[in-house]
Amino acid sequence: MNDMITVILICTGVLFNIFGCIGLIRLPDVYNRLQSATKCVTLGCCSILLGALIHFGIGSAGMKALIAIPILFFSATVAAHALIRGAYHFGTGLDKRTVKDDYKNAVK
Amino acid sequence: MTEFLTVLLYIQIALSAACLYRIIIGPTIPDRMVGIDIFGILVVGICAIIAVQTEKSFILDIGIAWVILSFIGTLTLAKYLSGKKLNE
Amino acid sequence: MRYLAVFILSLVFWLLLTFSLKIPNLIIGGLASLLSAAIFSDMYFKTPSKLLQPHRYFWFLIYLAVFIVECIKANFDVAYRVLHPAMPIKPGIVKIRTTLRSDFARTILANSITMTPGTITVDLIGDEFYIHWIFVRSEDPEIYTGMITGLFEKYIKRFAE
Repeated sequence: MNDMITVILICTGVLFNIFGCIGLIRLPDVYNRLQSATKCVTLGCCSILLGALIHFGIGSAGMKALIAIPILFFSATVAAHALIRGAYHFGTGLDKRTVKDDYKNAVK
Repeated sequence: MTEFLTVLLYIQIALSAACLYRIIIGPTIPDRMVGIDIFGILVVGICAIIAVQTEKSFILDIGIAWVILSFIGTLTLAKYLSGKKLNE
Repeated sequence: MRYLAVFILSLVFWLLLTFSLKIPNLIIGGLASLLSAAIFSDMYFKTPSKLLQPHRYFWFLIYLAVFIVECIKANFDVAYRVLHPAMPIKPGIVKIRTTLRSDFARTILANSITMTPGTITVDLIGDEFYIHWIFVRSEDPEIYTGMITGLFEKYIKRFAE
């Protein structure tokens, strides 16, 4: 039973990772790529770690998997803020489909 | 179950090849940095799958350390992008 | 008080990570926690007495449930946009005003916005978040402020302000 849940959770995680990486390749500019990749890959890896927690049970190894989840969440989101802000200040242009840019006036 | 996990492990490694594609092809410098950031997160998933497959728990430690190091690396790259020194 | 809070948090983190209660382990963990509390205690917990109010933990749990549901919805949203052959995106950077005051609450709000459907925080200047939105549904500031932060702001105000 535990094996079944582990395999299902890891499958879900790998599926989300596939969506994130397709987005990383297909989407047009750096902001949209960062958006799809950060969301999908973070949740996918959290799902895989949850599968590891179910597999090892509550114990030395399971706790390591559980601790890795909040660390992964905070580091991924903060890194995404830093990268997207850095990309804007670097001068990367927005895609031609962009309809609105309020940030341009604030930076000057 | 072990064989199935091996298949999933190969899929995950192929996904990190997609990140490598973005790092090599990426038209601008921020694109390459996004590739590096996502690659750092994917490696944690690879570590967790290997740990489940081989029943060795010390690989999860490698995963945690990898998350923190990749976070610091990404912050450094972002500082470089916004044109600041490292102590600002 | 702040010193004690950082010390207890880092000791609990160490004990969870090593998961054993042997004497040498406790000594090493205590020494490392003392060191990190001495160095970092003036950076965290402006008002540590908030940690002792139990109703904050209750609202935190409710917030966590809402956040996980939104997070899963975000993933299906991204999957739909990525797998659709025409890629239905209409990106834009919008400006929203926040009513939260403390730094901790603002950090939590920015992280929540990053993980919810279609939005990612770019910057915070003064009281205003700048948010990159993958599909701009509305041009009216009132409506999109409610769409993006309305769900989280009331819970975060209860446990982090």
